[in-house]
This record gives sequence, C-alpha cells and structure tokens, in this order.
Amino acid sequence: MFKHESIETNSGLLIVLTLVAISIGGLVEIVPLHYINETVEDVKDPVTGVELVRPYTPLEQRGRDIYIREGCYTCHSQMIRPFRDEDLRYGHYSLAAESKFDHPFQWGSKRTGPDLARVGGKYSNEWQVAHLVAPRSVVPESIMPNYPWLLENNLQYADIKDRMIALKRVGVPYSLTKVEYESNVKRFGEDVAKKLDINTAENNLMAQAQKGNYDGNPNKLTEMDALVAYLQVLGTMVDFKKFDEDHFIQFR
Amino acid sequence: MATPVKDPLTGAETTGHVWDDTLQEFNNPLPRWWLWTFYGTIIFAIVYWIMYPAWPMFDSYTKGIGNNITYKTDAGEEKSTHWNMRALLANEMQTGEPALKQKAYLDKVGAASYEQIAADPDMSAFVRSYGVGMFGDNCAACHQAGGQGVVGQFPNLVDDDWLWGGDTTAIETTIRGGRMGYMPAYSKTFSPDQLNQVANYVLTLSGQPADAAAAAEGQKIFQGETGGCYMCHTKEGKGMHAQGAANLTDKVWTIANVDAATTPEAKLEAVKAVIHNGVNRKMPVFGKEGRNLSDTEIKVLTAYLQQMSAGVAAK
Repeated sequence: MFKHESIETNSGLLIVLTLVAISIGGLVEIVPLHYINETVEDVKDPVTGVELVRPYTPLEQRGRDIYIREGCYTCHSQMIRPFRDEDLRYGHYSLAAESKFDHPFQWGSKRTGPDLARVGGKYSNEWQVAHLVAPRSVVPESIMPNYPWLLENNLQYADIKDRMIALKRVGVPYSLTKVEYESNVKRFGEDVAKKLDINTAENNLMAQAQKGNYDGNPNKLTEMDALVAYLQVLGTMVDFKKFDEDHFIQFR
Repeated sequence: MATPVKDPLTGAETTGHVWDDTLQEFNNPLPRWWLWTFYGTIIFAIVYWIMYPAWPMFDSYTKGIGNNITYKTDAGEEKSTHWNMRALLANEMQTGEPALKQKAYLDKVGAASYEQIAADPDMSAFVRSYGVGMFGDNCAACHQAGGQGVVGQFPNLVDDDWLWGGDTTAIETTIRGGRMGYMPAYSKTFSPDQLNQVANYVLTLSGQPADAAAAAEGQKIFQGETGGCYMCHTKEGKGMHAQGAANLTDKVWTIANVDAATTPEAKLEAVKAVIHNGVNRKMPVFGKEGRNLSDTEIKVLTAYLQQMSAGVAAK
C-alpha cells in the first residue's frame, strides 16, 4: 500500500505532489476563463453597434498611473458586486468587460474607503480637487490622507507614447498604423479612435486637459488634471439604460 | 516492510522515531469525528458540483441542476436560468420582500403631492429614512451631512436662501439637470479702483460697513453697462433664480465668506476676490443623463430637503 510515509521521506516526490495538489485550484478556476467566451460580456451600443468600453485616453491613462502610484487601490476597490446593498449604494454591478483594458485591474479586495467603480460624474471636478487636496474640507469624518502635491506637480507626459506602446503589447488596442486605426474606427467609432492613436497622443492629452480643465487652473497641466480626468470616466462608459438586465444575465 | 514497532506500555503502534531516549511518535489512527467530517466535506463538494456552476468544460462549464432562478425581462417575459448571482440579484430586486416593500412605498410617494407627503406620518417617515441614505450617498459629499454646505464652494441647503429657487419644482429641476453656476471674472474688465468701488457697493446692499463715496461710484458701475452686474443680480441687487444669481441684499453669503471676516477690510477683500475671479461652479446631473435617479427618488430627495430645512428653521 502507498503509505504517506513513503511521500514524507522522499522530498522530491513530496515537492512534485504538492505542486500538483495546489495547481489544481488555479488551473480549474483561472484557465477556463481564457477560453470560455461568455466570461467577458459583449457590450455594444444597440443603435450604432460600436463597442462602449474603450481603452483610456492618454490623459486618463496618466491619471490611472498616478492613481496606482499614490496607492489609491490600497483603500478603494473598483468592483461592485451583484448584491442588492451594493447596487443601491454604488449603482449597477461591475461587468467583466468594464475592466478588460485595465492593466493591472483595480478590483481590489479591501474597502477602507468606498468603492470607486462608478464614481465618474458623481461629483463635480471642483469637489474632486477640493477633496483630493484636503478630504476633510468637504467630508469632515474622512480618514483619507491629503494629496496637495497633485495640484502643484506638473504632469510628466514626455513618455506617454512609450506607456501606450507598452499597454498595446499586452493587448490594449491603441493604434500605431493606419490599419490599426481603421480597425479602431470600426470598433469604437471615429471620435474614440482618434483618441486612441499613439501618434497623436501628446496633442490629444493636451487637448483633453485644456477642454476639461479638471483642476480649475487652465494655465497649468498638473497631475490633478490627469487623476480627475481618470476618476470622472470610471464606470461611465456603459450606459445601462440602453440594456435590459437580461442581456448581462445571459453571459453567466 | 519491517514489523511495526510497538510501544511496550500501551501496545500502540509507533513510527519507530525516538527522541531524547524515550519520546516516541505513535502511529495512531485519525480521530473518528475528524475523519467523518472530512468525508462529509467530500460529499458536500460532490452535491455542490451537481447543483451549482462548477466544472469547466471545453467552451462552457457545468451549469448546475435543480436550483434554477426565474426573473422577468424589461418586456415582462419570464425567464428561467441556471443559478448565478446576476439572475439572483434580478430576482431579489423584482420579488424580494424588502425590495417590494420599498417599491410599494416609492410608488405611494411618487403618486402623492408634496402636501400629502408632509401631512401623512407614514410617508413622512419613509421619506426621512429613505432620504437620509440618498442624501448621504448623493448630496452630503458636497452639501455636507447637515446640508449646511461649504461657504465659497457648495451652497447651504437649509438656510432658506435659494440661488436657483426653493419651491419644489425648482429643486426637482436642479437635482434632475444639475446646475452651472457662472459669474464672469472681472479681472480684466475692472481697474483696481473700479473693483474697489463695486465691492464697496455690494457691501452696502446688505448694510455692511463700507466707503460711501466709493460705493456711490460702484453703484453706477453695477447698474450701468460698465459692469452690467444688474443683468443677473437686478438693479436692486436682489438676484435672479433663473440665472442662479445670488441675492446681494440679504445677509446670507454663499461665496464670499464675509461672515468669517472680522474687519471691514477683510470683508472688502473677500468680496473683491469673488468679483475679480468670477464664479464657476457645477452641480452634477442626477437625472437620466447623469446619476440616473428616478423621478420618484428625486421627489423623495426634494421632500427630504424640505424636512431638513424645516427642521433647521424650527430650531
């Protein structure tokens, strides 16, 4: 009989069998997600047919980098679960499709602060700026740290193209060539496709910052511009009024 | 295999390991309760695999049998599907007891007039409890938990002074469509002298101490085409709800923090800063184009606001 003694006294066999045992969970849970088509929902505009979830614009992407740099994810999740209480507080549950261009995703597993998956449009830019500089000026009971330097630091974006190319390598459809651009026009529509073109990234970034004036100071491009632009787009890409809930249930 | 070594005292089988002369490792069987619990978890896992979505197949997965969930589509068609959280949520929102109870109240409040809500203790209580959550979620971040706002940034909602109108229709419109509070910056229009004169005049409107000669000059600018202030604030300075223009004759200061300034000079500076920089404030859209609150939810919020400001007025 195969006694545990023979495993315990043979470290080579013990290592192999341990690896087999612990990889089963990962293999069974993770691998199928890559080939089961229903994992990521199909979210296309019912009228125009363009994909509603798009990659971040250069400015939003820089804001996302700052979000990660400042460690926002250590206290804020971006994942609304399909429970009634979360639906009532935060809005519609998060779709897999909504984070398909996120590298790395920001789902999180710990909420010290509230979930931010649908924070976009919930507050005005002025509020976001006031709150990031001094959270207790608008929410007295808040325990969030102050981030005053966001309003002082100039936004570094000289390497924006490299950043986009890096994301392109892991599958985010930013376009470099004419063919890729045309494919984006088909997928996302022309307006969005223009913003995803790596060749015009710097201009796009400047134009969005100037038009949005997220930090309230039109004369200076700060890290605040980028971060607020990112926060304001979170969870706003899919207009759930256009869909029957049934559509999303069918993907499960 | 070697003959098992036995402990001479208890007669139990040992593994043969000995430490410190007499310390031996016994090869006892697992405790029965532990073993049966272990077998129990295996049986539980098999039942679970059968009932719930579990094993991946080639391009799909086992969906589970015996606990289908029914829900209704928007068109009212009844559908049944294998167990999953999304369908479960839809089902809970459509048929769950708390959801239905809440919906019944929302329907009742939605059909009632504001007077009826205020007169009915039951509906008032619902507005109070549902409204406090909605207010906390949607409004308190800017207007603060008590609705007192932040001077210079977010208007006070409980002081009976309304920039965009305080009747229920106006409040509903504000919540539904958001507001853009805008006053042009006069930094380039006014010379430093003119700025000083207009600011002095604005202070006199609500009886604040000010330089009378400068104020007289300021009045001409305010009511004339140089400043054009009257176009929104009216010639009397009483403001205009349609423009969100503040009433300058009452003693309520929503942007220039005159009340916090202790000296007449500081008060003047506070007013000058606002005229110099202008105002650019935005309240987000909470109706269909924005946060997507339903008409009834907007009504609950409006009724809740009425309760809030009435409560403050009573104090």
